[in-house]
Amino acid sequence: MNTCDFNAVCPVPISQYPHVLMAHGGGGKLMHRLLEDFFGKAFGNPILDTRHDSAQFSVPPGKLAMTTDSYVVRPIFFPGGDIGSMAVHGTVNDLAMSGARPLYLSCAFIIEEGLPMETLWRVVCSMRDAAKACGVQIVTGDTKVVDKGKGDGLFINTTGIGVMEHALNISPQIVEPGDAVIVSGDLGRHGMAIMAVREGLEFESEIKSDSAPVHQVILELIQAGIEIHCLRDLTRGGLASALNEIAEAAGVKIAVEENLIPVREDVRAACEMLGLDPLHVANEGRFVVFVPAADAVRTLEIMRRGEQGGNSAWIGQVSEFSLPLVTVKSTLGVSRILDMPSGEQLPRIC
Amino acid sequence: MKFLDEYRDAEFAQKFAREIHRVTTRPWNIMEVCGGQTHAIVKFGIDELLPKQIGLIHGPGCPVCVTPLEVIDKALEIAARPDVILTSFGDMLRVPGSTTDLLSVKAGGGDVRIVYSPLDAVKIAEQNPAKEVVFFGVGFETTAPATAMAVYQAAQKGLKNFSMLISHVLVPPAIEALMSSPDCKVHAFLAAGHVCTVMGYEEYFPLVRKYRVPIVVTGFEPLDILHGILLTVQQLESGRAEVENQYVRSVRREGNQPAQDLIKKVFEVVPRKWRGIGEIPQSGLGLAAEYAAFDADKKFGLTEHRVDEPTDCIAGLILQGHKKPHECPAFGTICTPEHPLGATMVSSEGACAAYYRYRRHDAPELAEAK
Repeated sequence: MNTCDFNAVCPVPISQYPHVLMAHGGGGKLMHRLLEDFFGKAFGNPILDTRHDSAQFSVPPGKLAMTTDSYVVRPIFFPGGDIGSMAVHGTVNDLAMSGARPLYLSCAFIIEEGLPMETLWRVVCSMRDAAKACGVQIVTGDTKVVDKGKGDGLFINTTGIGVMEHALNISPQIVEPGDAVIVSGDLGRHGMAIMAVREGLEFESEIKSDSAPVHQVILELIQAGIEIHCLRDLTRGGLASALNEIAEAAGVKIAVEENLIPVREDVRAACEMLGLDPLHVANEGRFVVFVPAADAVRTLEIMRRGEQGGNSAWIGQVSEFSLPLVTVKSTLGVSRILDMPSGEQLPRIC
Repeated sequence: MKFLDEYRDAEFAQKFAREIHRVTTRPWNIMEVCGGQTHAIVKFGIDELLPKQIGLIHGPGCPVCVTPLEVIDKALEIAARPDVILTSFGDMLRVPGSTTDLLSVKAGGGDVRIVYSPLDAVKIAEQNPAKEVVFFGVGFETTAPATAMAVYQAAQKGLKNFSMLISHVLVPPAIEALMSSPDCKVHAFLAAGHVCTVMGYEEYFPLVRKYRVPIVVTGFEPLDILHGILLTVQQLESGRAEVENQYVRSVRREGNQPAQDLIKKVFEVVPRKWRGIGEIPQSGLGLAAEYAAFDADKKFGLTEHRVDEPTDCIAGLILQGHKKPHECPAFGTICTPEHPLGATMVSSEGACAAYYRYRRHDAPELAEAK
């Protein structure tokens, strides 16, 4: 669904220029054609089609949520996704972490001179498909071209606006002793998919990124009346960083158990080979949710029904403690600190 | 691909632990030489499964930790040159020299790259003929064959723009140095399985005979380490001192002969300074005369400046087993992985970094947390 076979269904609209030129960002005719034929054609919607400098739209009642994120992943295409789909999913997911329904995205492209048009078009098609699948509209954007050697092919920034149709106060400070800690699926796939490509690691089966939107299942949790205390997507720094940030903000102890945390065998093997801890590795379609223990079973049921959530798992709980702390009980039954990664040498993965 | 769960089985771990409790009658200090083992012990909490009489001493087996400041300073000097691409393993980049670190040199415009294999550095040299490509090679016998292969390949290809800054070290001379120290508290060693995969374990027989100290070649998974400790305690309790091989799935007595041949061809044994310990005779590998053209030290005409370690740091005492990381007043206060004062805090395999990462709230609070 999210892939774009540009030979069959998405012919590159500007065929006379096989590569992006400086002039495509220069404000003249070439730039105009790029905007019209690429972005206008792919993302077209009534708000974008007004071709204003700024998008104008009405919003439904309720608080708004807004977020921004830049995407610099290398390689641009990786097993399970690409920089375009990620730029939509990542920002949609950031909105979802407030329990917001994502509505609108902006997108800004920074393109390195010489990027094949075909590459740009594949990314644009992928963004279009991802936005459609997420039910969001790309309503404004920007394009800049930088000199060859001054970029790394393609960088994308997206900003998202969503509406909060609930009265919950979802934030780390609300987390309290007794809360259950639930993750939305197996961990570490995105980071290891990228690392496997970059390091030339081969496994029996290809590790695919978990890049995916997660807002639908969160909206379902809210609709079901689950009293969500906190949501956090498990991107850079993985589960370990997310839990440490929340423990710090809430001033609590979070204790999880290693053998309850779902990690696929191929991901674990890749981590072993590169000396990484799967709990430190980035995900792009996974989140952790804190709910009162009384809601935990129902939360898990709803999450497991979701498209991506089959492996959702209740991995631990929150308790009172004299200092913020995250512990993990090892497979041998001994507890240790689960720390944030400190300056690990990871390539760019998001 | 087969995985490691079978070496992390809680039930088997408890069986080994019970057996160790059963056979232990007296206090024994066992040193695990390798930082990978230290890391596993602290991460999985293996020491907490052992009887109180068994003390684990964390040895000097982290190559990043024992690389002297002077050598790191040389790498920094090379990396700052505009005509150079400096390559190394990821961990080396964070290690502070006396003034800065490689990541900061990179941020300042130096071309510093992480490689997973020294052979990648050779490839980089081929792809960048206008640049001098330098590989900063550290490690024990485990990584020495790959470093040797890189030099060998570069020579075969006739590469003139490739060289190495080498700080390779050897395990048996370090064990000898520790044992010959008059205040040595170590009763037995767990030898590093991966070093022995390359080198075999014949080198340990003279040490066992000379110092009457059991040496058990041990793997890195929790069950390996518990099994290694059990074999060691059984020897100690029965008054034996032998070389034993726990890691039979990887290690043969004679080791990997082609790898050893390559090491012998490319390197020669030299005296080497170990950070935190000092110079140990015949404890390092340097390039043999035939490959001197690949010696970055000579190529760039580097001079060595003596650098003193911060006085607050007790890494030397920790590496020799006289102190535990949390017994250092600087531990977790002025010395952290982000601002390491000394060797053992800089790498994830260093004893202080392992304690910081998994144990820093040890003592009353974490006991309460458990």
